[in-house]
Amino acid sequence: MAAQRLPVRKTYKLYIGGKFPRSESGRSYEVFGQDRKKEFLANAAQGSRKDVRDAVKAARSAVSGWAGATAYNRGQVLYRVGEVLEGRREQFISEVAASEGLTRPLATRVVDAAIDRWVWYAGWSDKLAQVLGNLNPVAGPYFDISAPEPTGVVGVLAPQASSLLGLVSVIAPAIVSGNTVVVLTSEDRPLPAISFSEVLATSDVPAGVVNIITGRTAELAPWLASHRDVNAIDLAGAADAADVSWGELEASGADSVKRVVRPAGDGADAIEPDWSVTPDLHRVRAFLETKTVWHPKGR
Amino acid sequence: MSKFEYAPAPESRAVVDIASSYGLFIGGEFVEPAEGGSFKTLNPATEESLADVSQAGAADVDRAVRAARRAYQRVWGPMSGTERGKYIFRIARIMQERAREFAVLETLDNGKPIKESRDVDIPIAAAHFFYHAGWADKLEYAGFTPAGSAAPKPLGVVGQIIPWNFPLLMLAWKIAPALATGNTVVLKPAETTPLTALLFAQVCQQADLPPGVVNIVTGAGETGRALVEHPDVDKIAFTGSTGVGKGIARSIAGTRKRLSLELGGKAANIVFDDAAMDQAVEGIVNGIFFNQGQVCCAGSRLLVQESVADDVVRRLKRRLQALRVGDPLDKNTDVGAINSAAQLARITELAEVGVAEGATRWSPECTLPKNGFWFAPTVFTGVSQSHRIAQEEIFGPVLSVLTFRTPQEAVAKANNTPYGLSAGIWTEKGSRILWMADQLRAGVVWANTFNRFDPTSPFGGYKESGYGREGGRHGLEAYLRLDSAPSTARSTRTGGSH
Repeated sequence: MAAQRLPVRKTYKLYIGGKFPRSESGRSYEVFGQDRKKEFLANAAQGSRKDVRDAVKAARSAVSGWAGATAYNRGQVLYRVGEVLEGRREQFISEVAASEGLTRPLATRVVDAAIDRWVWYAGWSDKLAQVLGNLNPVAGPYFDISAPEPTGVVGVLAPQASSLLGLVSVIAPAIVSGNTVVVLTSEDRPLPAISFSEVLATSDVPAGVVNIITGRTAELAPWLASHRDVNAIDLAGAADAADVSWGELEASGADSVKRVVRPAGDGADAIEPDWSVTPDLHRVRAFLETKTVWHPKGR
Repeated sequence: MSKFEYAPAPESRAVVDIASSYGLFIGGEFVEPAEGGSFKTLNPATEESLADVSQAGAADVDRAVRAARRAYQRVWGPMSGTERGKYIFRIARIMQERAREFAVLETLDNGKPIKESRDVDIPIAAAHFFYHAGWADKLEYAGFTPAGSAAPKPLGVVGQIIPWNFPLLMLAWKIAPALATGNTVVLKPAETTPLTALLFAQVCQQADLPPGVVNIVTGAGETGRALVEHPDVDKIAFTGSTGVGKGIARSIAGTRKRLSLELGGKAANIVFDDAAMDQAVEGIVNGIFFNQGQVCCAGSRLLVQESVADDVVRRLKRRLQALRVGDPLDKNTDVGAINSAAQLARITELAEVGVAEGATRWSPECTLPKNGFWFAPTVFTGVSQSHRIAQEEIFGPVLSVLTFRTPQEAVAKANNTPYGLSAGIWTEKGSRILWMADQLRAGVVWANTFNRFDPTSPFGGYKESGYGREGGRHGLEAYLRLDSAPSTARSTRTGGSH
């Protein structure tokens, strides 16, 4: 009988501008499984302020291409992501099971829901302008039309508990309309996000559209929330993040008039919602601007 | 060329009764403020005092919020959309009936020409109520909730703070959608222009609007702060300076209060060499001198294609010599008074900075009245992008002229500002209009026109010009409770999603 084969492990790195760098800080941190054994899973890159700034720069330079692509093209690229996700379904089931401490059947349901969620959002790309736009019947001889446009660069604090379904539920609504994102992953469960970045890298998603940083949420989030070249921020992942005050993050975005999606919950309390609930367009609308164009009519 | 002289054509102010003093409008009646303070509101064209207006303190704001909460819970919240809508229709009709009174009062308190208050501010304000009245029982069709679901719910008590440049129109932009969606309101008008809001309170009384649905608290920044910080306010809607707007966003951060902001602007009005020049010149003039340039979406940066720059500036100067600056109540006046001494000081200072930084200043010959706050229409040429007059919102009748060569350069210069409220395009080439409109990062783009407003047309900014829209179907969103269900169901820390 042959000796048991030693598996080849993966080095989990950041995803910035379509590349997979280590943190410029040279730091990493240990990631453990969430089951009873708490076994060591991997060393994740511990991203730094500089990594956040590099990611914002990459996201900004990707805006014009991604926002300027046709909605049909964006829809096809995002659907392609769904196809590649499906192809890696087994891998994600194992990773989600380990990362979240789920049984295999439960992890299977989560991964299936994540793939279906992604495909649901992908199909919105070329419907948003029709569903959210209007011809406005102004009282005068003018053609007047309102249509949505992406806000620009969106900072995303990905959910702390739901490492894949939660992750895609905050990335997809931001990028489907043409925004680009800088994502801070779940601090303790970052590995599925990095595997997801490999899916993005092999799915024709242009470099810089999605940038993914692992590390300490409390260390990185303030830099993202206060960055003047970030137009909006989703604070979903402030819920249950160690030493993170979503109110302070929101306040630090005020100086650049950031659009803010607050975490779910009441009052100062922030909770992570049940991501298996079917979404509506709330998160898509949060990262859209409405542009209204007027032109006179005449002979 | 001989000059046509106009005979004076003053609008009569007899149509308006201004009381010597005004209380606060809380719970359906005028009440004295708890602390008893007051301030004067002036006619900026003469510096004559028009009335003493109550200074609302924190206790008064609290009283108003409680009145609004009571009305929300007992009357306005439970009322059917159809009944709510009928009240709002009533308000629209009474405003139309009393339009002349409103127009004269607005001009007296604000300083804007009567032809603008009469033909723009008041009719569009009434139209806003008329438009939104019809929404009150149709909110389930507004597209914010999935098909087949019930009408979306209001937020509750809304605090609204409005500026002095379009006092009644901004009131309408704020109150009409709030009421249509089922909210109750505490509104603070600007301290220099409270009178039409107080006349609007009388309209609410005439319409038999239930007490507490609309409350009006007059005062300055402290009153606004008390409203923003009041714990029982569910939403703040603010129109005003970017600086104050950022402060409000900071103040409500970490609460569950909603916020919509309509802030400053530094709009580019872009003229290509193939534009219909006479129309473009009219559009430039309307863009920056309408309401003395005290307009957040004013076309304060003229970007003109280099090949026609000299011609455009020459035509512009000739046109400006025909503008009539003076008595706002005169029906022939084109440019009225600056709203306050403080605003005049800011405009004066920035114009001096423009000269100091090397731009060339020009104004048409015009005699300004001795009393009151006046600033002659002013054009700066030789302006570069780094000049403060090309960067900062002046909020006055001051135009900065810059040039460009290619459409790409026009877009780059137009977008080179932290603001993103509006923009103008003048060209006869349709494909270029549509391409430009796509490229400009601004919430409202006027092509071959400028400064058009309509209740059905969403208005609001990109970037540091704010967020949220006012008007149209889109404007309803800022007053509806739309955060979807997940906040109630919590996923477990160990179980992930299930």
